[in-house]
This record gives sequence, structure tokens and C-alpha cells, in this order.
Amino acid sequence: MSRCKFAIFIDSMLFITMAAAMAMIFLYAPIESEMGIVQKIFYVHVPLAWNAFLGFAMVFYYSFRYLSTRNPRYDRRALSAAEVGVLFTTLVLITGPIWAKPVWGIWWTWDARLTLTLVLWLIYIGYLMLRRYIESPERRAVLAAVVGITGFIDVPLVYFAIRWWRTQHPQPVIAGGEGSGLDPAMAATLWVSVAAFTFLFLALFGRRLDVEVERSRRETERDAAEAAHAQGVRT
Amino acid sequence: MLQTARAVLEKDFRIELRTRDAISAALVFSILVLVVFNFALDVNTPEMRRLAAGFFWVAFAFAGTLALDRSFALEKESGAGRALALAPVDAGGIYLGKCAANAAFLFITQLVALPLFVIFFDVSIQRAGALAASFALGSIAFAAVGTLFSAVAANTRMRGLLLPILFLPLSVPALIASVETTSFALGNAEGPSFWFTLLVVYDVVFLTASVLVFEYVLEES
Repeated sequence: MSRCKFAIFIDSMLFITMAAAMAMIFLYAPIESEMGIVQKIFYVHVPLAWNAFLGFAMVFYYSFRYLSTRNPRYDRRALSAAEVGVLFTTLVLITGPIWAKPVWGIWWTWDARLTLTLVLWLIYIGYLMLRRYIESPERRAVLAAVVGITGFIDVPLVYFAIRWWRTQHPQPVIAGGEGSGLDPAMAATLWVSVAAFTFLFLALFGRRLDVEVERSRRETERDAAEAAHAQGVRT
Repeated sequence: MLQTARAVLEKDFRIELRTRDAISAALVFSILVLVVFNFALDVNTPEMRRLAAGFFWVAFAFAGTLALDRSFALEKESGAGRALALAPVDAGGIYLGKCAANAAFLFITQLVALPLFVIFFDVSIQRAGALAASFALGSIAFAAVGTLFSAVAANTRMRGLLLPILFLPLSVPALIASVETTSFALGNAEGPSFWFTLLVVYDVVFLTASVLVFEYVLEES
């Protein structure tokens, strides 16, 4: 089974890169001179954020594919990507304030990137909630795909709106971007960590997809059994 | 497509003229939110007066969900939605008709609520043209996304409860732009060109996207 081999490949890559990333974060990367040890959360926070965004882009892509092909496999992929994306966004929203409190002195600020992340999280929470309240699998897949597409179209508009809105108002705290003049050792650690979290994303996505495939298989079997039973009763 | 849109628009207007449900519910609700704001925050201070546009649009965003929710709950009630789905007409046209009706209801609600808003918050309208443009473009923006999601939410077990959850996060850019343009019309903000552009872009993007995907939403299970 190729899916099985692929899963083993992803899992082993995840194990290797995650071990390397953890070692580099705690043993190799230098301690940032101003922020101190808390800066190390950056190596977890940034890869999580990038992969969360990858997840939402995948929701958009698979939703589109579903509407054009009506193949339920794309709906299952969109759902799995959305769930892992929401999980990663939740972690981004948790790790961010843990870093911000000692560095900026506040847990939260309505900065463009923070606000965008929060709005994204709300959009995809809505996407997942919608799916729970529609009985028919086909209707659920179609309507979820519509939300998955419109939700992603909204992202650039939200971004520009919030960015412009912030530049007009006084900037509360931040001085200088995170990426400005990153130390080579820090950059190397970040890239290994990005690879590790991308494999983590793919591994979780694959596992979630397996569960969903199994669930829909049983659903089909149950429906077939029920139909056969109804047939038997009638004759 | 435009012929279908006109027929649906006329139908919704006739229903609204007879029942006055959507506009009266949205109007009473928006007044209630303005009154609640007054209790929650002391609004008669100069600082609060500068934020008046924000209060107005928040009241309106919530009140608007009532009117929008009714838009497709109405079709579900007597199976009219099935008839619409089965009708051999363009789904995009049905969407445009519904959306135009909703935008008009929202705009009328705003116009009726405006005098009360001016009295309650003691604001003065500096630029009437900008205010009209802000209300019109904002209403279209809310109606464009709201009509699509009203149809989506009407298909769920939760019905209306799901509409604000889906609709409010997506309307964030429209809300910010509407507040800023209204604020400009009240003489409390400068540089509105970016916000007017954003509102127009938002309207065009979501009207186009909704016309394209609406056939999937409408098809009957």
C-alpha cells in the first residue's frame, strides 16, 4: 500500500527533523541578547503559523476541487486540512501571548498580524461548526466547500483592511520586525524547525484523513445494511 | 440573469411591503443596541462622540443578521426554496435579486435609524454625500456576504444561529471600511479614499464570487 509507505516516510522524517529541531532550539541556537530564553518560542510559533496558513490554502484548493469533481475524497481532505489548520492556529494564538507578555509587556495587541490570525481562526471555526449541523454528506460537502472558498478569498481583504487601519492608528509597542537581521545560527534553527513542523502537519493531516476514510466507509456499509434490511422487511 | 434578479427582487419587496418583518425587526434591534451601548458606556462625552460611527455600525452589523437570516428562512418555510431551486432560471440571478432586496432593506433601515442615531449620540453630519455612499456601499457589502451565508445557514439544523458565526468574521474588512467612511462623513476622520476603494473592491469580489458559487448552495438535497 503506497499510502502506508508514504505515512512511514512522513513519520520517520517527522521523527528525525523534530529531534534535530528540538536539539537545535535548546542546545545550538544562541540565547537572544535582549529577550532572553523566551525568544526560543519563536522557533515553534513561526513554523506553526506558516503551516496553519498552508492548511487553509489546502482547504481552499480541495474545496474548489470538490465543487468541480464532486469526488468525496476532496471533501475529506478539505476537512482534515481545516482541522489541523485550526489546531495549529490555536497553538499560534497560545504561543504568541506567552512570548509577548515578557517582551512587549502585554498579552495581546490589535496588531495587523495578530488580528488577521484571530479572524482566520474564527472563519475556520465557523467552517468546522457548519459541518456539524448538516445531516446529508453531499449537502455538507457542498456548503462547506462554498464557505471554504469564500473564507479564503476574504483573507487578503482582511489583511489590507487591518494593515491600513493599524497604520492610521498609533503603533502600540513593537520595535522592528522579527525577521530583521536574524543570526545565521538562529536562521538555521528556524529552517529546520519549519521542516519539522511541516512534517508534523503532514503526519497529522494523514492520520486525520485515515480516520475520515474509515468513518465514511463504515457509514456507507451501515447505509447499505439498512437498505438491505428495509428490503428484507418489505418482501 | 437580470430578468430573474428583477423578478426575485419584486417578490421580496412585495412580501416586505405586506409584512414589514425584516426592516422592523432590524430597526428595533439596532435601536436596542444603541440604547444598550448608552447604558454600558457613557456615550455623551466628546471622546465617545468621536467613536459614534463605530457604535452605529456595530448595532447595524448585529441587526443586519436578523434581516439577512429572514431572507432564506422565508424560502424554507413553505418549500418555496425548492421551487426556486427547481425553476429553470440562472442561480446567479436568484442570488442577485435576493442580494439587491437585502441591500435595499439594510439601507432603508439605516436611513430610518439615522435620525435617532444623530439625536442619541449628538453627532452632526458634515458630508451628506459621503454618508450616503458609505451607507449604500456598506449595505451592499453586508448583503453580498450575508445573502450567500443566509442561504448556507438555512440548510443547517442550527438555522439562524449559524449565520452570525459564519458572516461576522468575513465581514471584518467591510465593517472597518464602513466605520471609517461613516466617521469621515461625520467629520471625525480623514483620508477616506482607501476605505471607499476597499468597500468597492469588497462588494465586487463578493458579488462575483457569490454569483459563481450560488448554484451549488441552491441545489436541493
